[in-house]
Amino acid sequence: MLVTLTPDQELFRDTTARFLEEHVPVGEVRRLRDDPDGLDPGYWRRGAELGWTSLLVGEAHGGGSLSGAGLVDLSLVAYEFGRHAAPGPLVPVNLVAAALSEHDAHPEVRDGLIAGRATASWCGPGLAGTRPAWEPGVEIRRGAAGPALHGLAAVVEGAARAAHHLVTARDGDGVTQVLVPASAPGVAVTPLQSVDLTRRFAAVALDGVRVGTEWLVGPAGEASAAADRQARQLLALLSAESVGAMQAGFDMTVSWSFDRYSFGRPLASYQALKHRFADMLTWLEAAHAVTDAACRAVGDDTPEADELASAAKAFVGHYGGELLQDCVQLHGGMGVTFEHDLHLYLRRFTVNRMLAGTPAEHRRRVAALLDAGDTAA
Amino acid sequence: MSTTARHTLDGAAEPVEDLDAFRDRARAFIRGNLRPENYEDLRRDGSRPDEVELAQVQREREIQRMLFDAGLAGICFPRQYGGQGLSLAHQAVLNEELAGYEYPRLLQVPTLSPCAAVLLEFGTDAQKERHLPAILKGEELWMQFLSEPSGGSDVAGALTTAVRDGDHWVLNGSKVWTTGAWWSDWGLCLARTNWDVPKHRGLTVFMLPIHQEGVEVRRIEMLNGSREFCQEFMTDVLVPDTDRIGGVDDGWTVGTRWMVHERMLHSSP
Repeated sequence: MLVTLTPDQELFRDTTARFLEEHVPVGEVRRLRDDPDGLDPGYWRRGAELGWTSLLVGEAHGGGSLSGAGLVDLSLVAYEFGRHAAPGPLVPVNLVAAALSEHDAHPEVRDGLIAGRATASWCGPGLAGTRPAWEPGVEIRRGAAGPALHGLAAVVEGAARAAHHLVTARDGDGVTQVLVPASAPGVAVTPLQSVDLTRRFAAVALDGVRVGTEWLVGPAGEASAAADRQARQLLALLSAESVGAMQAGFDMTVSWSFDRYSFGRPLASYQALKHRFADMLTWLEAAHAVTDAACRAVGDDTPEADELASAAKAFVGHYGGELLQDCVQLHGGMGVTFEHDLHLYLRRFTVNRMLAGTPAEHRRRVAALLDAGDTAA
Repeated sequence: MSTTARHTLDGAAEPVEDLDAFRDRARAFIRGNLRPENYEDLRRDGSRPDEVELAQVQREREIQRMLFDAGLAGICFPRQYGGQGLSLAHQAVLNEELAGYEYPRLLQVPTLSPCAAVLLEFGTDAQKERHLPAILKGEELWMQFLSEPSGGSDVAGALTTAVRDGDHWVLNGSKVWTTGAWWSDWGLCLARTNWDVPKHRGLTVFMLPIHQEGVEVRRIEMLNGSREFCQEFMTDVLVPDTDRIGGVDDGWTVGTRWMVHERMLHSSP
């Protein structure tokens, strides 16, 4: 990231980077391709000890940020995750830990997440239709036998090994968030195939899952703002991670262009390719900038947070694809082989691009937000 | 449609089989002997389990042999080398009749073109007699040992070397992006024989059996799971001078025609 880091932030980012280089080098990422969890539990626990899981958690609950801007601090971890195509449910665990901390709910689950002993999934709302609104795919039906969850969270990161799912559900006219134990009757988790080598996704179907009153996270019917805020955090962190993947792909390709000789000259000496590198660098710098702005605004809950989060997701999603696909082309045939590392970053980016709304959906969302702003003014 | 025009490569002056009669003959053979094409299987070319891929290769060798025995292999190849000596129009008719049926698609590229075409154009009589009928019978599958790890589109920058040793050449180097080399038989190989001249003038073309001591075939996994591309490492591979194609240091003449044949596959001469 290009934010001017404090010495503490720089140390933190560098510590994570060195930890990832040591514990999940590309050889380990490749090995985890065939691991059902895509993750070594010991690795995740040690990462949690570095502070990966506590930055959005209140100090009273054992958390705390480095800089006072927890989301910006966390975006540094996400960026390094992208730069290393690192395994681990970084985003959902942080979103859930933050939600539990905010409402002082389920302290034992929260503590387990912070310590890296367990993971949780975030079964949040998705973008629906043309309105700039997040819509839960799950609802609470209140029948004679008590409230029950019905619906589907179609693409959920880390759901298969999560001990709990933070489910956002429509609840009459409101929105309710509940922490559902993975073992609750009626919860069906179906693993999906992912192009990412280590990120695991699943569909979480809820078929008449009886809601315990103790499951509530925040007051019933009043979680709309919290779910929206979590969705913004998700967009900001996915963008930060994608920028890390873009940076890794770009750096590799620049290095390649100096090493690779064709017709007796390094690729980097060809003017037509220099122009392409210049284009890529402008996209990369702008992706850094818009993501930095989004992380800052979302972390501070400013009025522009919604617009900036979607702007970052749209810009990074579009230009990250242009950049990484061009990196593949500049590598020639090697760029589409499994043994080359470039695809590890392209895969991470490609999944992030599709999660929580495509670039087109977020461009439409930005336009709708601007329209709404004009109308309000 | 009927024609008496000849576009054959051997130029023999004999009556040409009438196109309608040819169509009837081809149709009868195809419908009586070939299975409907399995398009689902076609889509998985290269990413099928190895035993399925090998079974497919074997089936295609059989089909090629059946076509040969039925007088339907090598439509435009000269008769003296096992072909039919017919015209492009006959080939077009055969293509039309084959639509919807299995055919030896893995044998088309690069075995028949560009490899067999290069042999036909530059091979000695002995080389052509030895290899072209075998190719048309499905007994020899060929691959192009052309690209190199360092080469990319700079084909003439080939670093694989061939050093003369009496009646033989000793080849060392690496070739890459050879499609299906792991189940193929022969390689058409561009190698450097002279370092003291401009790069285009120091190349020579050879042919060599792929599965022999000194040739290590490594398969490359692609991002889509396909494992049909290969890389070869050649270490002190002995090639008799009789398996040289074209003149010593004249490989670029062969190579440019080789690439014309390859481009023709995509209608881009």
